[in-house]
Amino acid sequence: MNDDKHISNQDIVLEIKDLHKSFGDNHVLNGFNLTLHQGENLVIMGKSGSGKSVMIKCLVGLMEADSGSISVMHNDITALDQRALDILRADIGFLFQGSALYDSMTVRENLEFPLRRHSKKNDNHTNTETLVIEALDNVGLKDAIDLMPSELSGGMQKRVALARALILKPKIMLYDEPTSGLDPITAKEIILLMQDIQNTYGTSSLIITHDVDCARVISDRMLLLIDGKDYVLGTFSELSKQEDPKIKAFFKQ
Amino acid sequence: MSGLHHIKAQLDSFLIEIGDISYFSARFFKEAFKRPFEFKEFLNQCYNMGNKSLMLVGITGFIIGLVLTLQTRPTLMEFGAVSWIPSMVSISIVREIGPILTALVCAGRIGSGIGAELGSMRVTEQIDAMEVSGTNPFKFLVVTRVLAVTLMLPLLVIIGDAIALFGSFLVENAKGNVSFILYFNQVFDALKFGDIMPATIKSLFFGLAIGLVGCYKGYYCEKGTAGVGRAANSAVVFASLLLFIIDFIAVFVTDIFFDL
Repeated sequence: MNDDKHISNQDIVLEIKDLHKSFGDNHVLNGFNLTLHQGENLVIMGKSGSGKSVMIKCLVGLMEADSGSISVMHNDITALDQRALDILRADIGFLFQGSALYDSMTVRENLEFPLRRHSKKNDNHTNTETLVIEALDNVGLKDAIDLMPSELSGGMQKRVALARALILKPKIMLYDEPTSGLDPITAKEIILLMQDIQNTYGTSSLIITHDVDCARVISDRMLLLIDGKDYVLGTFSELSKQEDPKIKAFFKQ
Repeated sequence: MSGLHHIKAQLDSFLIEIGDISYFSARFFKEAFKRPFEFKEFLNQCYNMGNKSLMLVGITGFIIGLVLTLQTRPTLMEFGAVSWIPSMVSISIVREIGPILTALVCAGRIGSGIGAELGSMRVTEQIDAMEVSGTNPFKFLVVTRVLAVTLMLPLLVIIGDAIALFGSFLVENAKGNVSFILYFNQVFDALKFGDIMPATIKSLFFGLAIGLVGCYKGYYCEKGTAGVGRAANSAVVFASLLLFIIDFIAVFVTDIFFDL
Protein backbone atom coordinates (compact mmCIF):
# COMPACT_ATOMS: atom_id res chain seq x y z
CA MET A 1 0.00 0.00 0.00
CA ASN A 2 2.73 2.44 0.94
CA ASP A 3 5.50 0.94 -1.20
CA ASP A 4 7.28 4.23 -1.59
CA LYS A 5 7.35 5.06 2.12
CA HIS A 6 10.81 6.15 3.16
CA ILE A 7 12.26 3.84 5.77
CA SER A 8 15.54 4.64 7.48
CA ASN A 9 17.61 2.50 9.83
CA GLN A 10 17.57 5.13 12.58
CA ASP A 11 13.90 4.73 13.35
CA ILE A 12 13.83 1.04 14.21
CA VAL A 13 11.32 0.47 17.03
CA LEU A 14 11.54 -3.29 17.17
CA GLU A 15 14.34 -5.65 16.25
CA ILE A 16 14.68 -9.40 16.54
CA LYS A 17 18.02 -11.06 15.86
CA ASP A 18 18.72 -14.76 15.48
CA LEU A 19 15.75 -15.91 17.58
CA HIS A 20 15.58 -19.60 18.47
CA LYS A 21 12.77 -21.38 20.26
CA SER A 22 12.16 -25.11 20.61
CA PHE A 23 9.58 -27.27 22.33
CA GLY A 24 11.40 -30.53 22.96
CA ASP A 25 12.55 -31.75 19.55
CA ASN A 26 10.28 -29.37 17.72
CA HIS A 27 12.44 -26.42 16.60
CA VAL A 28 9.82 -23.74 15.99
CA LEU A 29 12.07 -20.75 15.42
CA ASN A 30 15.50 -21.30 13.86
CA GLY A 31 17.32 -17.99 13.75
CA PHE A 32 14.45 -15.64 13.00
CA ASN A 33 15.22 -11.97 12.25
CA LEU A 34 12.94 -8.96 11.93
CA THR A 35 13.05 -5.17 12.04
CA LEU A 36 10.04 -2.88 12.41
CA HIS A 37 10.37 0.83 11.69
CA GLN A 38 8.54 3.81 13.11
CA GLY A 39 5.06 4.15 11.60
CA GLU A 40 5.42 1.00 9.50
CA ASN A 41 2.92 -1.82 9.02
CA LEU A 42 4.82 -5.08 8.76
CA VAL A 43 2.78 -8.17 7.92
CA ILE A 44 4.10 -11.61 8.82
CA MET A 45 2.65 -14.59 7.02
CA GLY A 46 3.37 -18.23 7.62
CA LYS A 47 1.69 -21.60 7.68
CA SER A 48 -0.20 -22.76 10.78
CA GLY A 49 2.26 -23.98 13.37
CA SER A 50 5.14 -22.12 11.76
CA GLY A 51 5.86 -20.20 14.97
CA LYS A 52 4.27 -16.81 14.28
CA SER A 53 2.34 -16.73 17.54
CA VAL A 54 5.35 -18.08 19.45
CA MET A 55 7.46 -15.26 18.00
CA ILE A 56 4.94 -12.58 18.95
CA LYS A 57 4.66 -14.01 22.48
CA CYS A 58 8.46 -13.96 22.85
CA LEU A 59 8.30 -10.31 21.78
CA VAL A 60 6.20 -9.24 24.76
CA GLY A 61 7.85 -11.57 27.25
CA LEU A 62 4.98 -14.04 27.48
CA MET A 63 7.40 -16.74 26.38
CA GLU A 64 11.11 -17.00 26.92
CA ALA A 65 13.23 -17.52 23.80
CA ASP A 66 16.02 -20.12 23.89
CA SER A 67 18.50 -17.69 22.35
CA GLY A 68 18.68 -14.54 20.29
CA SER A 69 17.96 -10.91 21.07
CA ILE A 70 14.73 -8.92 21.08
CA SER A 71 14.94 -5.16 21.23
CA VAL A 72 11.76 -3.14 21.71
CA MET A 73 12.29 0.62 21.48
CA HIS A 74 15.98 0.02 22.20
CA ASN A 75 15.28 -2.07 25.31
CA ASP A 76 16.56 -5.63 25.34
CA ILE A 77 13.46 -7.30 26.74
CA THR A 78 15.34 -10.45 27.74
CA ALA A 79 17.43 -8.34 30.12
CA LEU A 80 14.57 -6.34 31.69
CA ASP A 81 13.30 -7.06 35.18
CA GLN A 82 9.56 -7.57 35.68
CA ARG A 83 8.87 -3.96 36.70
CA ALA A 84 10.71 -2.50 33.71
CA LEU A 85 9.01 -4.99 31.41
CA ASP A 86 5.57 -3.98 32.74
CA ILE A 87 6.37 -0.29 32.12
CA LEU A 88 7.54 -1.08 28.59
CA ARG A 89 4.38 -3.11 27.96
CA ALA A 90 2.32 0.09 28.35
CA ASP A 91 3.81 1.15 25.00
CA ILE A 92 2.84 -2.10 23.30
CA GLY A 93 -0.74 -2.88 22.32
CA PHE A 94 -1.62 -6.52 21.71
CA LEU A 95 -4.72 -7.70 19.87
CA PHE A 96 -5.15 -11.40 20.60
CA GLN A 97 -6.48 -13.85 18.05
CA GLY A 98 -9.55 -14.67 20.16
CA SER A 99 -9.94 -11.09 21.47
CA ALA A 100 -9.16 -12.29 25.05
CA LEU A 101 -11.69 -9.98 26.68
CA TYR A 102 -12.08 -10.59 30.43
CA ASP A 103 -15.43 -12.33 30.40
CA SER A 104 -16.24 -11.62 34.04
CA MET A 105 -15.99 -7.87 33.41
CA THR A 106 -18.15 -5.47 31.43
CA VAL A 107 -16.81 -3.70 28.35
CA ARG A 108 -16.19 -0.61 30.52
CA GLU A 109 -14.23 -2.63 33.10
CA ASN A 110 -12.23 -4.33 30.34
CA LEU A 111 -11.10 -0.93 29.08
CA GLU A 112 -10.52 0.49 32.55
CA PHE A 113 -8.29 -2.44 33.49
CA PRO A 114 -5.10 -1.36 31.66
CA LEU A 115 -5.76 2.28 32.57
CA ARG A 116 -5.80 1.50 36.29
CA ARG A 117 -2.61 -0.54 35.94
CA HIS A 118 -0.78 2.32 34.27
CA SER A 119 -2.44 5.25 36.01
CA LYS A 120 0.77 7.32 35.93
CA LYS A 121 0.76 7.26 32.17
CA ASN A 122 -2.66 8.88 32.21
CA ASP A 123 -2.13 11.53 34.86
CA ASN A 124 -2.57 14.29 32.32
CA HIS A 125 -5.87 12.97 31.04
CA THR A 126 -9.15 14.23 32.41
CA ASN A 127 -10.47 10.94 33.73
CA THR A 128 -10.82 7.27 33.06
CA GLU A 129 -14.45 7.56 31.95
CA THR A 130 -13.61 10.04 29.19
CA LEU A 131 -10.80 7.84 27.91
CA VAL A 132 -13.01 4.74 27.89
CA ILE A 133 -15.79 6.51 25.99
CA GLU A 134 -13.29 8.00 23.54
CA ALA A 135 -11.69 4.60 22.89
CA LEU A 136 -15.08 2.96 22.33
CA ASP A 137 -16.18 5.81 20.10
CA ASN A 138 -13.09 5.22 17.95
CA VAL A 139 -14.23 1.67 17.26
CA GLY A 140 -17.91 2.63 16.93
CA LEU A 141 -19.11 0.82 20.05
CA LYS A 142 -19.95 3.58 22.50
CA ASP A 143 -23.36 2.06 23.18
CA ALA A 144 -21.87 -1.29 24.22
CA ILE A 145 -20.10 0.19 27.25
CA ASP A 146 -22.14 -1.66 29.88
CA LEU A 147 -22.52 -4.97 28.04
CA MET A 148 -20.71 -8.16 28.96
CA PRO A 149 -18.35 -9.68 26.35
CA SER A 150 -20.70 -12.67 26.01
CA GLU A 151 -23.40 -10.29 24.73
CA LEU A 152 -21.21 -9.13 21.84
CA SER A 153 -20.72 -10.68 18.40
CA GLY A 154 -17.25 -11.86 17.30
CA GLY A 155 -16.64 -8.68 15.32
CA MET A 156 -17.77 -6.47 18.21
CA GLN A 157 -15.50 -8.37 20.60
CA LYS A 158 -12.60 -7.76 18.23
CA ARG A 159 -13.41 -4.03 18.17
CA VAL A 160 -13.59 -3.84 21.96
CA ALA A 161 -10.30 -5.74 22.20
CA LEU A 162 -8.82 -3.24 19.75
CA ALA A 163 -10.12 -0.33 21.85
CA ARG A 164 -8.59 -1.94 24.95
CA ALA A 165 -5.25 -2.44 23.21
CA LEU A 166 -5.24 1.19 22.09
CA ILE A 167 -6.47 2.87 25.24
CA LEU A 168 -2.94 3.49 26.52
CA LYS A 169 -2.00 4.95 23.12
CA PRO A 170 0.80 2.44 22.48
CA LYS A 171 3.71 3.14 20.17
CA ILE A 172 3.71 -0.40 18.79
CA MET A 173 0.65 -2.53 17.97
CA LEU A 174 0.88 -6.30 17.67
CA TYR A 175 -1.99 -8.01 15.89
CA ASP A 176 -2.28 -11.79 16.14
CA GLU A 177 -4.53 -12.85 13.25
CA PRO A 178 -6.89 -9.88 13.58
CA THR A 179 -9.38 -11.13 10.97
CA SER A 180 -9.47 -14.82 11.82
CA GLY A 181 -12.93 -16.23 12.53
CA LEU A 182 -14.68 -13.17 11.07
CA ASP A 183 -16.92 -13.00 8.02
CA PRO A 184 -15.43 -11.10 5.03
CA ILE A 185 -17.45 -7.93 5.68
CA THR A 186 -16.53 -7.72 9.37
CA ALA A 187 -12.94 -8.62 8.50
CA LYS A 188 -12.83 -5.70 6.08
CA GLU A 189 -14.24 -3.39 8.75
CA ILE A 190 -11.50 -4.47 11.15
CA ILE A 191 -8.83 -3.90 8.49
CA LEU A 192 -10.15 -0.40 7.81
CA LEU A 193 -10.23 0.26 11.54
CA MET A 194 -6.59 -0.82 11.81
CA GLN A 195 -5.72 1.57 8.99
CA ASP A 196 -7.58 4.42 10.68
CA ILE A 197 -5.74 3.74 13.91
CA GLN A 198 -2.41 3.70 12.13
CA ASN A 199 -3.22 7.04 10.48
CA THR A 200 -4.56 8.63 13.67
CA TYR A 201 -1.97 7.49 16.18
CA GLY A 202 1.02 6.84 13.90
CA THR A 203 1.67 3.51 15.58
CA SER A 204 4.07 0.93 14.20
CA SER A 205 2.26 -2.34 13.64
CA LEU A 206 3.28 -5.95 13.43
CA ILE A 207 0.47 -7.97 11.93
CA ILE A 208 0.34 -11.73 11.87
CA THR A 209 -2.22 -12.98 9.40
CA HIS A 210 -3.25 -15.69 6.96
CA ASP A 211 -5.52 -13.25 5.18
CA VAL A 212 -3.98 -12.17 1.85
CA ASP A 213 -6.58 -9.41 1.43
CA CYS A 214 -5.63 -8.02 4.81
CA ALA A 215 -1.93 -8.16 3.86
CA ARG A 216 -2.61 -6.46 0.52
CA VAL A 217 -4.52 -3.58 2.09
CA ILE A 218 -2.50 -2.92 5.17
CA SER A 219 1.12 -3.95 4.62
CA ASP A 220 4.02 -1.62 3.96
CA ARG A 221 6.30 -4.66 3.94
CA MET A 222 5.68 -8.38 4.24
CA LEU A 223 7.78 -11.12 5.75
CA LEU A 224 7.22 -14.80 5.12
CA LEU A 225 8.08 -17.12 8.01
CA ILE A 226 9.05 -20.52 6.62
CA ASP A 227 10.89 -23.32 8.48
CA GLY A 228 11.32 -21.08 11.51
CA LYS A 229 13.24 -18.44 9.55
CA ASP A 230 12.52 -15.10 7.91
CA TYR A 231 12.38 -16.60 4.44
CA VAL A 232 11.76 -13.49 2.39
CA LEU A 233 11.02 -9.81 2.98
CA GLY A 234 9.51 -7.32 0.57
CA THR A 235 6.45 -5.36 -0.39
CA PHE A 236 3.19 -7.15 -1.23
CA SER A 237 3.61 -6.44 -4.96
CA GLU A 238 7.21 -7.71 -4.94
CA LEU A 239 6.39 -10.94 -3.17
CA SER A 240 3.22 -11.65 -5.10
CA LYS A 241 5.26 -11.68 -8.34
CA GLN A 242 7.89 -14.15 -7.07
CA GLU A 243 8.19 -17.51 -8.82
CA ASP A 244 9.49 -19.44 -5.81
CA PRO A 245 6.80 -22.12 -5.14
CA LYS A 246 7.11 -21.68 -1.36
CA ILE A 247 6.27 -17.98 -1.76
CA LYS A 248 3.68 -18.49 -4.47
CA ALA A 249 1.74 -20.86 -2.21
CA PHE A 250 0.83 -17.97 0.08
CA PHE A 251 -0.77 -15.94 -2.71
CA LYS A 252 -2.81 -18.76 -4.26
CA GLN A 253 -6.15 -17.94 -2.68
CA MET B 1 7.60 -55.45 33.13
CA SER B 2 5.39 -53.00 31.24
CA GLY B 3 3.12 -52.91 34.31
CA LEU B 4 6.10 -51.90 36.44
CA HIS B 5 7.01 -49.20 33.92
CA HIS B 6 3.45 -47.95 34.01
CA ILE B 7 3.49 -47.75 37.82
CA LYS B 8 6.88 -45.99 37.73
CA ALA B 9 5.62 -43.47 35.16
CA GLN B 10 2.52 -42.76 37.27
CA LEU B 11 4.63 -42.37 40.41
CA ASP B 12 6.99 -40.01 38.56
CA SER B 13 4.11 -37.93 37.32
CA PHE B 14 2.55 -37.83 40.82
CA LEU B 15 5.83 -36.72 42.40
CA ILE B 16 6.36 -34.08 39.69
CA GLU B 17 2.87 -32.73 40.34
CA ILE B 18 3.57 -32.59 44.09
CA GLY B 19 6.77 -30.67 43.32
CA ASP B 20 4.93 -28.27 41.00
CA ILE B 21 2.20 -27.62 43.57
CA SER B 22 4.85 -27.02 46.25
CA TYR B 23 6.58 -24.49 43.98
CA PHE B 24 3.21 -22.89 43.20
CA SER B 25 2.44 -22.65 46.94
CA ALA B 26 5.85 -21.12 47.68
CA ARG B 27 5.21 -18.55 44.95
CA PHE B 28 1.83 -17.77 46.52
CA PHE B 29 3.41 -16.99 49.91
CA LYS B 30 6.10 -14.90 48.21
CA GLU B 31 3.62 -12.87 46.14
CA ALA B 32 1.05 -12.50 48.94
CA PHE B 33 3.32 -10.19 50.92
CA LYS B 34 4.55 -8.12 47.99
CA ARG B 35 2.98 -4.85 46.83
CA PRO B 36 0.72 -3.92 45.12
CA PHE B 37 -2.15 -5.54 47.04
CA GLU B 38 -5.26 -6.21 45.01
CA PHE B 39 -7.78 -5.31 47.74
CA LYS B 40 -10.72 -4.67 45.42
CA GLU B 41 -10.38 -8.03 43.71
CA PHE B 42 -9.82 -9.72 47.08
CA LEU B 43 -13.08 -8.27 48.45
CA ASN B 44 -14.86 -9.22 45.24
CA GLN B 45 -13.66 -12.81 45.63
CA CYS B 46 -14.62 -12.86 49.33
CA TYR B 47 -18.14 -11.88 48.29
CA ASN B 48 -18.24 -14.44 45.49
CA MET B 49 -16.94 -17.29 47.61
CA GLY B 50 -18.44 -16.41 50.97
CA ASN B 51 -21.83 -14.93 50.30
CA LYS B 52 -22.62 -17.12 47.32
CA SER B 53 -21.70 -20.34 49.17
CA LEU B 54 -23.76 -19.43 52.20
CA MET B 55 -27.02 -20.98 51.00
CA LEU B 56 -25.38 -24.29 50.06
CA VAL B 57 -23.43 -24.50 53.34
CA GLY B 58 -26.55 -23.50 55.30
CA ILE B 59 -28.77 -26.14 53.72
CA THR B 60 -26.10 -28.83 54.13
CA GLY B 61 -25.55 -27.88 57.77
CA PHE B 62 -29.26 -27.80 58.54
CA ILE B 63 -29.86 -31.24 57.04
CA ILE B 64 -26.82 -32.73 58.80
CA GLY B 65 -28.03 -31.37 62.15
CA LEU B 66 -31.51 -32.81 61.58
CA VAL B 67 -30.31 -36.19 60.34
CA LEU B 68 -27.63 -36.65 63.00
CA THR B 69 -30.13 -36.00 65.77
CA LEU B 70 -32.85 -38.14 64.20
CA GLN B 71 -30.46 -41.04 63.66
CA THR B 72 -28.82 -41.03 67.10
CA ARG B 73 -31.97 -40.34 69.13
CA PRO B 74 -33.45 -43.90 69.08
CA THR B 75 -30.12 -45.48 70.10
CA LEU B 76 -29.57 -43.01 72.92
CA MET B 77 -33.16 -43.52 74.07
CA GLU B 78 -32.44 -47.23 74.52
CA PHE B 79 -29.70 -46.33 76.99
CA GLY B 80 -31.73 -43.54 78.58
CA ALA B 81 -29.19 -41.00 77.42
CA VAL B 82 -31.38 -38.68 75.34
CA SER B 83 -30.27 -35.71 77.45
CA TRP B 84 -26.78 -36.20 76.04
CA ILE B 85 -27.89 -35.36 72.53
CA PRO B 86 -27.02 -31.63 72.62
CA SER B 87 -23.52 -32.37 73.95
CA MET B 88 -22.89 -35.24 71.60
CA VAL B 89 -24.21 -33.49 68.49
CA SER B 90 -22.43 -30.22 69.23
CA ILE B 91 -19.05 -31.85 69.84
CA SER B 92 -19.26 -34.03 66.75
CA ILE B 93 -20.42 -31.11 64.57
CA VAL B 94 -17.95 -28.52 65.84
CA ARG B 95 -14.94 -30.80 66.01
CA GLU B 96 -15.32 -32.82 62.85
CA ILE B 97 -18.51 -32.99 60.82
CA GLY B 98 -18.98 -29.24 60.37
CA PRO B 99 -15.46 -28.39 59.16
CA ILE B 100 -14.98 -31.42 56.90
CA LEU B 101 -18.45 -31.30 55.33
CA THR B 102 -18.32 -27.55 54.75
CA ALA B 103 -14.84 -27.95 53.26
CA LEU B 104 -16.02 -30.76 50.97
CA VAL B 105 -19.01 -28.71 49.83
CA CYS B 106 -16.70 -25.74 49.19
CA ALA B 107 -14.18 -27.94 47.37
CA GLY B 108 -17.03 -28.84 45.02
CA ARG B 109 -18.41 -25.35 44.62
CA ILE B 110 -15.41 -23.05 45.04
CA GLY B 111 -12.54 -25.38 44.02
CA SER B 112 -14.16 -26.46 40.78
CA GLY B 113 -15.29 -22.87 40.12
CA ILE B 114 -11.75 -21.54 40.46
CA GLY B 115 -10.33 -24.39 38.36
CA ALA B 116 -12.84 -23.84 35.57
CA GLU B 117 -12.62 -20.03 35.65
CA LEU B 118 -8.83 -19.82 35.58
CA GLY B 119 -8.66 -22.70 33.11
CA SER B 120 -11.00 -20.94 30.75
CA MET B 121 -9.03 -17.71 31.17
CA ARG B 122 -5.82 -19.57 30.31
CA VAL B 123 -7.32 -21.24 27.24
CA THR B 124 -8.83 -18.01 25.88
CA GLU B 125 -5.56 -16.09 26.47
CA GLN B 126 -7.15 -13.78 29.07
CA ILE B 127 -4.27 -14.49 31.46
CA ASP B 128 -1.79 -13.56 28.71
CA ALA B 129 -3.79 -10.40 28.00
CA MET B 130 -3.60 -9.50 31.67
CA GLU B 131 0.16 -9.99 31.70
CA VAL B 132 0.61 -7.92 28.54
CA SER B 133 -1.39 -5.10 30.13
CA GLY B 134 1.26 -4.90 32.87
CA THR B 135 -0.65 -6.80 35.56
CA ASN B 136 0.84 -9.70 37.45
CA PRO B 137 -1.88 -12.34 36.80
CA PHE B 138 -0.59 -14.56 39.59
CA LYS B 139 -1.13 -11.77 42.09
CA PHE B 140 -4.45 -10.61 40.64
CA LEU B 141 -6.00 -14.02 40.09
CA VAL B 142 -4.27 -16.55 42.34
CA VAL B 143 -3.29 -14.61 45.48
CA THR B 144 -6.69 -12.93 45.82
CA ARG B 145 -8.62 -16.17 45.34
CA VAL B 146 -6.48 -18.26 47.69
CA LEU B 147 -6.62 -15.59 50.42
CA ALA B 148 -10.36 -15.18 49.97
CA VAL B 149 -11.15 -18.88 50.27
CA THR B 150 -8.73 -19.23 53.22
CA LEU B 151 -10.51 -16.43 55.06
CA MET B 152 -14.05 -17.35 54.07
CA LEU B 153 -13.95 -21.05 54.88
CA PRO B 154 -13.65 -20.70 58.69
CA LEU B 155 -16.54 -18.20 58.59
CA LEU B 156 -18.64 -20.59 56.53
CA VAL B 157 -17.76 -23.41 58.93
CA ILE B 158 -18.91 -21.33 61.93
CA ILE B 159 -22.17 -20.42 60.19
CA GLY B 160 -22.66 -24.02 58.99
CA ASP B 161 -22.09 -25.33 62.55
CA ALA B 162 -24.60 -22.86 63.99
CA ILE B 163 -27.25 -23.83 61.44
CA ALA B 164 -26.57 -27.56 62.02
CA LEU B 165 -27.04 -27.08 65.76
CA PHE B 166 -30.26 -25.19 65.10
CA GLY B 167 -31.45 -28.11 62.94
CA SER B 168 -30.63 -30.48 65.77
CA PHE B 169 -32.52 -28.26 68.23
CA LEU B 170 -35.63 -28.35 66.02
CA VAL B 171 -35.67 -32.17 66.21
CA GLU B 172 -35.13 -32.12 69.95
CA ASN B 173 -37.83 -29.50 70.34
CA ALA B 174 -40.29 -31.46 68.23
CA LYS B 175 -39.53 -34.89 69.68
CA GLY B 176 -38.47 -34.15 73.23
CA ASN B 177 -40.04 -30.74 73.86
CA VAL B 178 -36.63 -29.29 74.74
CA SER B 179 -36.53 -25.50 74.93
CA PHE B 180 -34.10 -23.32 72.93
CA ILE B 181 -32.37 -22.08 76.12
CA LEU B 182 -32.00 -25.54 77.63
CA TYR B 183 -30.66 -27.03 74.40
CA PHE B 184 -28.07 -24.33 73.81
CA ASN B 185 -27.08 -24.19 77.49
CA GLN B 186 -26.11 -27.83 77.19
CA VAL B 187 -24.34 -27.17 73.90
CA PHE B 188 -22.17 -24.41 75.38
CA ASP B 189 -21.52 -26.44 78.53
CA ALA B 190 -20.19 -29.28 76.41
CA LEU B 191 -18.02 -27.22 74.07
CA LYS B 192 -14.51 -26.28 75.20
CA PHE B 193 -11.75 -24.10 73.79
CA GLY B 194 -10.03 -27.29 72.66
CA ASP B 195 -13.04 -28.07 70.45
CA ILE B 196 -13.51 -24.71 68.75
CA MET B 197 -9.96 -23.43 68.25
CA PRO B 198 -8.40 -26.47 66.51
CA ALA B 199 -11.47 -26.74 64.26
CA THR B 200 -11.13 -23.09 63.23
CA ILE B 201 -7.40 -23.41 62.55
CA LYS B 202 -8.06 -26.62 60.63
CA SER B 203 -10.65 -24.77 58.51
CA LEU B 204 -8.05 -22.16 57.55
CA PHE B 205 -5.83 -24.93 56.19
CA PHE B 206 -8.81 -26.51 54.41
CA GLY B 207 -9.45 -23.17 52.70
CA LEU B 208 -5.81 -22.76 51.79
CA ALA B 209 -5.73 -26.26 50.27
CA ILE B 210 -8.93 -25.71 48.25
CA GLY B 211 -7.68 -22.35 46.95
CA LEU B 212 -4.18 -23.51 46.08
CA VAL B 213 -5.29 -26.69 44.34
CA GLY B 214 -8.10 -24.95 42.41
CA CYS B 215 -5.81 -22.14 41.30
CA TYR B 216 -2.95 -24.50 40.39
CA LYS B 217 -5.16 -26.73 38.28
CA GLY B 218 -6.77 -23.77 36.50
CA TYR B 219 -3.63 -21.67 36.07
CA TYR B 220 -1.76 -24.51 34.37
CA CYS B 221 -4.77 -25.84 32.49
CA GLU B 222 -4.14 -27.78 29.28
CA LYS B 223 -5.36 -26.30 26.02
CA GLY B 224 -8.91 -26.82 24.80
CA THR B 225 -12.31 -27.19 26.43
CA ALA B 226 -11.43 -30.72 27.56
CA GLY B 227 -8.51 -29.19 29.47
CA VAL B 228 -10.88 -26.83 31.31
CA GLY B 229 -13.13 -29.77 32.25
CA ARG B 230 -10.16 -31.77 33.49
CA ALA B 231 -8.89 -28.77 35.50
CA ALA B 232 -12.26 -28.33 37.24
CA ASN B 233 -12.65 -32.04 37.88
CA SER B 234 -9.14 -32.68 39.17
CA ALA B 235 -9.33 -29.57 41.36
CA VAL B 236 -12.25 -31.14 43.24
CA VAL B 237 -10.78 -34.64 43.40
CA PHE B 238 -7.31 -33.55 44.50
CA ALA B 239 -8.60 -30.95 46.98
CA SER B 240 -11.02 -33.47 48.53
CA LEU B 241 -8.21 -35.99 49.01
CA LEU B 242 -6.01 -33.29 50.48
CA LEU B 243 -8.77 -32.26 52.90
CA PHE B 244 -8.84 -35.73 54.46
CA ILE B 245 -5.04 -35.80 54.74
CA ILE B 246 -5.05 -32.37 56.43
CA ASP B 247 -7.89 -33.52 58.67
CA PHE B 248 -5.92 -36.58 59.76
CA ILE B 249 -2.84 -34.45 60.52
CA ALA B 250 -4.97 -31.86 62.33
CA VAL B 251 -6.61 -34.49 64.57
CA PHE B 252 -3.20 -35.99 65.29
CA VAL B 253 -1.69 -32.59 66.22
CA THR B 254 -4.77 -31.58 68.23
CA ASP B 255 -4.51 -34.80 70.19
CA ILE B 256 -0.97 -33.83 71.19
CA PHE B 257 -1.65 -30.20 72.15
CA PHE B 258 -5.20 -30.38 73.51
CA ASP B 259 -6.57 -32.86 76.00
CA LEU B 260 -9.36 -34.40 73.93
